Amino acid sequence: MFEHYLSIFITTVFIENIALSVFLGMCTFIAISKKIDAAFGLGIAVIVVCLITVPLNNLIYNTILKEGALAWAGLPQANLQFVGLISYIGVIAAAVQILEMFLDRFVPALYNALGVFLPLITVNCAILGASLFMIEKDLKFGESVVYGLGAGVGWAMAIVVLAGIREKLKYSDIPEGLQGLGVTFLIVGLMSFGFMSFGGISL
Amino acid sequence: MTVKQYKEVLAKPLLEENPITLQILGICSALAVTSNLSVTLVMCVALTSVVSFSNLFISIIRNYIPSSVRIIVQMTIIASLVIVVDELLKAYDYETSKKLSVFVGLIITNCIVMGRAEAFAMKEKPFISFLDGLGNGLGYSIILIAVAVVRELFGAGTLMGYEILPLVSNGGWYPANNLLLLPPSSFILIGLMIWGIRAYKTDQVEPNEYKLSGHATAPDLSKRELNV
Repeated sequence: MFEHYLSIFITTVFIENIALSVFLGMCTFIAISKKIDAAFGLGIAVIVVCLITVPLNNLIYNTILKEGALAWAGLPQANLQFVGLISYIGVIAAAVQILEMFLDRFVPALYNALGVFLPLITVNCAILGASLFMIEKDLKFGESVVYGLGAGVGWAMAIVVLAGIREKLKYSDIPEGLQGLGVTFLIVGLMSFGFMSFGGISL
Repeated sequence: MTVKQYKEVLAKPLLEENPITLQILGICSALAVTSNLSVTLVMCVALTSVVSFSNLFISIIRNYIPSSVRIIVQMTIIASLVIVVDELLKAYDYETSKKLSVFVGLIITNCIVMGRAEAFAMKEKPFISFLDGLGNGLGYSIILIAVAVVRELFGAGTLMGYEILPLVSNGGWYPANNLLLLPPSSFILIGLMIWGIRAYKTDQVEPNEYKLSGHATAPDLSKRELNV
């Protein structure tokens, strides 16, 4: 059992890395990767939110939305999958809001560190993407916890690595038009080619 | 509002303020759905319609949205529109809908839609917001179509599934560049495209944070006189 969970974790972090293999959360990935500190803070926030929202959405999908899932309420024919998208994004927006209030009240130090990034996370496609992939893979509750953690860790790792490369890059002599955004795209492309080499591994 | 202003709002996002190459918005889907032109076209139509209609509806009710809950209200409108698009696609073009998989759903969190709602539709009148959405959707589409044409034509020798460059494997002359079919190549293509656009529109070039000082370069030894 433990091995099964471990293999899901390793697969999501490296082989199906949510940033570099599936390309989700790219806007924030490129916009907030100029400094390692900021990238690290955002990465932690993504891990926390993923870890909360993916299992929550899994519960909602399995107990309410799935075809025949409402049998416990006496509605065996109900299939509410078409309201899926709106409920997942609702859960994410609500979870982020609650997390923000919770941190503000009980862990002010962490709130100050993450504060700026939390609202950004609602519109980060990595979070919604993780939930949608979880549903496409039809994971069980326990698996979805591990999947959420793996997705967050993979994304956080990728953005910290990119920020590290970009900090070093400040001192290099880049052609004018390629400065900033252009060269970042090229770097992410090369990083992503690197991550493709994990593709052949099967666990 | 004059016709000239309408034209400007519609035309500016195409090249000058392109959402992908300048505003860094909506990149995720630009990378994942561009290996095949017909899939890309469906995605572009889907996104353009969502962004223009979300701008229209948000702009209509903009004076009634309390600013503290505006993100949730915007999200709800956008998510409903995306669900409509998703269901239509499943009903009329199931094959493409399978190929796009989660990326139609991800239009909800596509930053172009949220970004335009926040930056434009919350302030301006409905019709001009609709045009702004249309313009940004088209700006996104131009980049996506350009990337998809390069990837499909040189990667598989076809366009929209029709053979353009006969492949060596089918008895033709063109050896396919499989590298272009891999997803990361679209990063490289967009990166080069940004370089091209900025070489032409030099005002978009980002300033260099750290300039190399003259002393940092190696002295030209060939011109030094030898004191022997």
